[in-house]
Amino acid sequence: MTPRVTFATAARVLRQIRRDHRTLGLIIVVPPVLLTLFKYVFYGEEETFNRVGPPMVGLFPFISMFLVTSIAMLRERTTGTLERLMSLPLAKLDLLLGYGIAFAALAVVQATVTSLVAFGLLGLDSEGPAWLIVVLAVANALLGMALGLFLSAFAQTEFQAIQFMPAFVFPQLLLCGLFVARDQMAGALEAVSYALPLTYAYDALDRVTSDGSLGARGAADVLVTCGVILLALALGAATLRRRTA
Amino acid sequence: MPDAADPARVSAAASVAISDLRVRRGGRLVLPGVSVEIEPGVVTGLLGPSGSGKTTLMRAIVGVQIVESGEISVLGGLAGSPENRRRVGYVTQAPSVYGDLTVRENLHYFSRVLGVASARIDEAIAVVDLGGHADQVVRTLSGGERSRVSLASALLGKPDVLVLDEPTVGLDPVLRRDLWRMFHALADERTTLLVSSHVMDEAERCDELILMRDGRVVATGSPEELRNRTGRDDLEDAFLVLAEAA
Repeated sequence: MTPRVTFATAARVLRQIRRDHRTLGLIIVVPPVLLTLFKYVFYGEEETFNRVGPPMVGLFPFISMFLVTSIAMLRERTTGTLERLMSLPLAKLDLLLGYGIAFAALAVVQATVTSLVAFGLLGLDSEGPAWLIVVLAVANALLGMALGLFLSAFAQTEFQAIQFMPAFVFPQLLLCGLFVARDQMAGALEAVSYALPLTYAYDALDRVTSDGSLGARGAADVLVTCGVILLALALGAATLRRRTA
Repeated sequence: MPDAADPARVSAAASVAISDLRVRRGGRLVLPGVSVEIEPGVVTGLLGPSGSGKTTLMRAIVGVQIVESGEISVLGGLAGSPENRRRVGYVTQAPSVYGDLTVRENLHYFSRVLGVASARIDEAIAVVDLGGHADQVVRTLSGGERSRVSLASALLGKPDVLVLDEPTVGLDPVLRRDLWRMFHALADERTTLLVSSHVMDEAERCDELILMRDGRVVATGSPEELRNRTGRDDLEDAFLVLAEAA
């Protein structure tokens, strides 16, 4: 691994996204708009908005980066640039960390803008500090990136990659506790939720929102999230083959 | 060591040596046992119809192809070794560059990956005659221009072995002539060049030829030798004679 190559890769990925104004717009504008929508859907139910809003600020980057990464990596595979990179003196880790740095940076911007709108304009209230939610949002962005990177290996077309969203992200969103508390779910579903990474990402956000700090359980959640990021990156690295059939 | 003093012997030292290479793709044996050597200092043409195994052979030399068996020595090392990934340049048939970046941004990225000075970027752009398009987004270029960006990316690192898969398809005749001149200039500096084509008139421009058909090497030799061997003036006719005899 070479820092020069890692950072060049991060800069290249960011440059590609910067050139794609529409994607950039979607990443930055859609979360605040959805939160605004949320506020008015639950108009008069401030409590619901304040319970669900802050975790959503932290979960948007997970969804965005999952999608953007899986498509970006799929393009590297289908346009032959991945094959070129694999024939160059570039370590797989350079590529993975380059993507990680680029999308973490993008998540910082996304979560900061979303927080400013949510806590500033929409009057969202959280027991814990907004900066901690932004930090957790970046971890969730990396989680989304790592899973997207890994799953992109199983998509042959962009159509398929997009379908991974309802297949892998929606069930996690439904079971993570955001909409229904997990202890109120059917026992089997609650058991399944323990196996899903987003459950831990959400739980950490929920603790900051309602308790004001992570606490021991929240810290454990963060550790699990980091573990899953590393595991997904390792699996993703295994799908990057120097030699292909 | 009388051998080392013999210049003919030294120049014959192949920079790429392949013996009994077998490659299976999708259950089909696309290379059923290829043995061939490629010398430095000359332009070697890899000629054969589409589907004859040219790209598979090139991918094996670059080290991105899963091979079943056989040996490939490139610059004295293994194909695709970390050292060789620095010294071997590869241009795929479909241009493999980032469509959403400009020509210069693409080359800048690859120059950072290779660790070469940024002065090489402008040199490479000039060589493929893209000076007027340097700050244009690659997606908006024509097909021929895009493949020149891909070629320029491979030239950045001044590789010792340059593997080019159909690099001149769709190019205007003047530019095609200029590129072939550049290939020969590189060969004069002891670069090993392997250039594939399915067009026989390009065979004339090569110093050495490898003719392939159905995954097998049908013949090797200079255009002159192949003409003499077959008694045909036209290389296309010569290829037919050799293919049918094989």
